Formats: sequence, structure tokens, C-alpha cells
Amino acid sequence: MPDEVTLSFFILDVLTIVGAAAALTLRNLVHCVLALVLAFLGLAGLFLQLDAQFIGFAQILVYVGAVAILVVFAILLTRGTESTSQSIVSPSWIVSSVIAAAVFGVLAWTIQSSMASQHPLPPQPEVTVKQIGDALMSRFALPLEVIGLLLTAALIGAVTIAMQEKQGEK
Amino acid sequence: MTPLANYLLVSALLFSIGLAGALTRRNAILVLIGIELMLNAANLNFIAFWRYGQHPEALTGIMFAIFSIGVAAAEAAVGLALIISIYRHYKTTNLDQIDVMRG
Repeated sequence: MPDEVTLSFFILDVLTIVGAAAALTLRNLVHCVLALVLAFLGLAGLFLQLDAQFIGFAQILVYVGAVAILVVFAILLTRGTESTSQSIVSPSWIVSSVIAAAVFGVLAWTIQSSMASQHPLPPQPEVTVKQIGDALMSRFALPLEVIGLLLTAALIGAVTIAMQEKQGEK
Repeated sequence: MTPLANYLLVSALLFSIGLAGALTRRNAILVLIGIELMLNAANLNFIAFWRYGQHPEALTGIMFAIFSIGVAAAEAAVGLALIISIYRHYKTTNLDQIDVMRG
């Protein structure tokens, strides 16, 4: 049993990291989105492995289903000007990479030396979708309302921003 | 190495990759993708700490992840709308060529 967990964790782990790294290093933007979908799927697998089934499937629905498609639309709508000879990274990429590596170093050192990461695995919690729905409707009702309002405002705002402002000009 | 530390390390690596992408790439859409990856790394932390915490029946980690996914979706929609709007104006999505705020 532990060996299987370790192996599947390793596979999902490699899938996620390779997908994320490819998404941010490839030159072709459509390939980037495909690699991003791979990373999102790996993350959903990690969520499923952590017994958070609802979050895992919500991840697939929201990210693979909606966000990735939205990014593809944005890429196809803004295509045509990027020249292949140009560099894909900004001039200050060395400094930025050093900053990112330093952030990872600090995080990894903290995780390794922290006592909080030494917990043994507790028994598998019984979490059903019904429980999540009950909690959303009772204890977390106010945050749910706020997130609904936020999503409505964000979608109306997105449509307003992306709309052609002056019809006669174009 | 304990399983929790494994998940936290993956999450830290994912966050750093997202940060590096958001800081180095010139295309605005890829910067947005980097930010999405960082948000996802935070979600992985929420779920890992929920699973290895003392009171998983309280569902706080799951709830936080649900709301975080909602906020990330709203952010992606508004961000991509802004990028499309900027592209109409400047005919480019390269961030170093978008250097004036005057319309």
C-alpha cells in the first residue's frame, strides 16, 4: 500500500511539475496551454489522492474546462503580431530567475526544518458532497453569497472591458 | 521524508515555477498563466494541510479551496478581458511594449 501511494504520487508529481515548467518555457502559446492543461490534470490527481474528491473534480471542471478554454480564446484573439525572432523572455530574466530560485530555496528549507510537516497521516475523513453542501448553506453561507456577488461583478466587468467601446471607429 | 512534506515541496516548486514565469515571460497571457499556477499551488497547500490536520471534519481547508477556485476564475476572466482590450489598443501583448498609460 505505501509503495503504490508513493508511486502514484511520484507520477502525478512529475506530471504537474513538467506540465507547469513546459507551460512557461515553450515558445508556441497554444502548446503552452496544452502543457498547462497537463499541469492542472496532475493537480486534480493530487487532490483526489488527498481524499478531496469534490475539489479534484471542481479543479477539472473549472480549470481544464473553463480557464484553459478562455486562455485559448485569448491567445487566438491576440495572435498575429508576435515575431518568431523576438526573445520570449524579458531582458531582466536572470534577476527574475534568481528571485524565483531564492523563494523556492527559502520555502524548501522552511518545510524541511518545520515540525508541522512531521504529522503522521490521520485516518481517512468521511467527506461527502452532502456535507459540503450543508456547510456551504449553514456555516459558510455569507462567504458563498460574497463569492456569488464577486463572480457576477467580475463577469459583467469582463464583458464591459472586452466590449468594443466605439462602434464607428473601427 | 513525510508525505505532508512531499506535498508541500511540490506546492513550493509549483509556486516558484509560476513566479519565475510571471516575472520572466514577455507575453501578458503567460504572466496570467503563471499567476494561475501560483494560486493552484496555494490550493494544494490548503488541501494538504486539511488532510493532515487535526480536524478534517471541520471542512475549512475544502471551503477555502472552493472559494479560492472561485476567485481565481473571476481573476482569469477579468485579466483576459483586460489583455484583449489592451491588444485592441496597442496591437501587441508584449508587456515591455506597453509602457504608457495615456490612451
